[in-house]
Amino acid sequence: MQRRDFIKQLAATGLIGAPWFEAHAVPARKVQGRVVVIGAGYAGTTLAKYLRIWSGYGIEVVVVEQNTQFVSCPLSNLVLGGSRSINDLTFGYGLLQKHHGIQWVHDQVTHIDTAARKVTMSRGEMTYDRLVVAPGIDFNYSAWPEMQNAEAQRLVPHAWKAGPQTLNLRQQLESMPDGGVVVISIPKAPFRCPPGPYERTCQVAFYLKLHKPKSKVIVLDANPDIVSKKALFLSAWKELYPGIVDYRPNSTVLHVNPVTREVETEFERVKADVLNIIPPQRAGKPAQMAGLLNVDNNWCAVDFRSYASTISPEVHVLGDAVFSPQPKSAHIATSHAHVCANAIVAMMGGQEPDPEPVFANTCYSFVSDRMAVHVANVYRYDAEKKLMVTMDGGGLSDVPSDLEGTYAQSWARNIWSDALT
Amino acid sequence: MYTSFWLGLLLMSVTGVCAEPQNFPAHTLTLAASCAVCHGTNGNSATGLLSLAGMDESVFIAKLQAYRNGSQASTVMHHHAKGLTEAEITALAGYFSVQQHQAIVEPQAQTLELQHE
Repeated sequence: MQRRDFIKQLAATGLIGAPWFEAHAVPARKVQGRVVVIGAGYAGTTLAKYLRIWSGYGIEVVVVEQNTQFVSCPLSNLVLGGSRSINDLTFGYGLLQKHHGIQWVHDQVTHIDTAARKVTMSRGEMTYDRLVVAPGIDFNYSAWPEMQNAEAQRLVPHAWKAGPQTLNLRQQLESMPDGGVVVISIPKAPFRCPPGPYERTCQVAFYLKLHKPKSKVIVLDANPDIVSKKALFLSAWKELYPGIVDYRPNSTVLHVNPVTREVETEFERVKADVLNIIPPQRAGKPAQMAGLLNVDNNWCAVDFRSYASTISPEVHVLGDAVFSPQPKSAHIATSHAHVCANAIVAMMGGQEPDPEPVFANTCYSFVSDRMAVHVANVYRYDAEKKLMVTMDGGGLSDVPSDLEGTYAQSWARNIWSDALT
Repeated sequence: MYTSFWLGLLLMSVTGVCAEPQNFPAHTLTLAASCAVCHGTNGNSATGLLSLAGMDESVFIAKLQAYRNGSQASTVMHHHAKGLTEAEITALAGYFSVQQHQAIVEPQAQTLELQHE
């Protein structure tokens, strides 16, 4: 069908229960029903779009998102380095809604009743046949009572959800005198974007080398070693930023003074001029509301053939909130969405999902303004282990390169186009 | 499962109709969608870099085989090609060969609203 007709049709219908399917050519796999999607990050947007396409526009999809804009975490460390602006990474949801007839509710979820299959928001409620929760992460500041208020989190930003916090950290770097100390604290794995803190270290060092060469960045890592792309980051720090990066493993921050920007580990006290604490994380609030955090009270266990929660089979969980051995990356989040969309179309049509889904992950990190490195793997469902397992042949870049920097920028434009239009 | 796939391909080649995603098995749709992150939706890259849409099946298969056995050097693709089965490579070749060339729509960048959470 023509897009113009499609948009006209959309405009002519009410918010809920639009008779979308009537206007479409007969698709082979048309199924009907309502799926409510909570959260419009990489996983939620991709799920909504592909659920519409692969159901032949038969399934009604309603997205609930509290923000009016999408801000990309991938590339947001470049804002700290200075080669990208936050406004390059900020987009609206309009094209996605229009192109695919996705119903959109800009509101905050306040309650989820999985028994009644009902979602309550601050301005209304709705029922669903299936619920998809793509909530991203929630920060856990419970180890530091002194950090549990908005003012402390302004003085000591996490900048681990892209947006105003990213700008805040960038502005603090700009205001810091030359000779200052930047401290980045990394929580114990698992956390969103395993190579992200080390990429951030590169970007902060890039900025310091260029503008404040007497300064340094101290990395207090709660992990015993660099979690991802270790050799590549170590060589980048040594070759590109000699004398700037001071990496300290096994350094869990025990106390924080947000006003003086002092932190205390088991071994030492460190005073920072700019303090960036990336807090421990867990599945986002909507997943908590639905009672889906069944691994360490932090993450959600799912069936990897459908992403159905192991607690509540009509509820699917996607993205960083999922407990799995795979990295919490944007590409993985969209892959969860693809598998889940196909499974929901099958299940709502009375069929079995693909018994052995396969997907790939390509994750780039920028070590300077132009050079990037990657880790890439193919993952396949293993019925015995009930997990996605890593196939042989995956791996890392040999060296950082400008070519991979170009690929990484292209990756971003393609994933934005795929997820948001 | 593959019967409908080949039948679909045959129909498309006869009628010249553009590929409907419904004609491919879920397994192939998931994999092809996974490629989109670097190669663009349905193999149409936003940057023009690495587009796959409309690529001849035999060319696609030969490229993937070369990445797999190391005869073609690459930055990333050898890491992907080695993890796929022969049947998956063939299915992906079929998928991308029938995708039409299309200009990719990109979302427009906006000024960040400061109340964003």
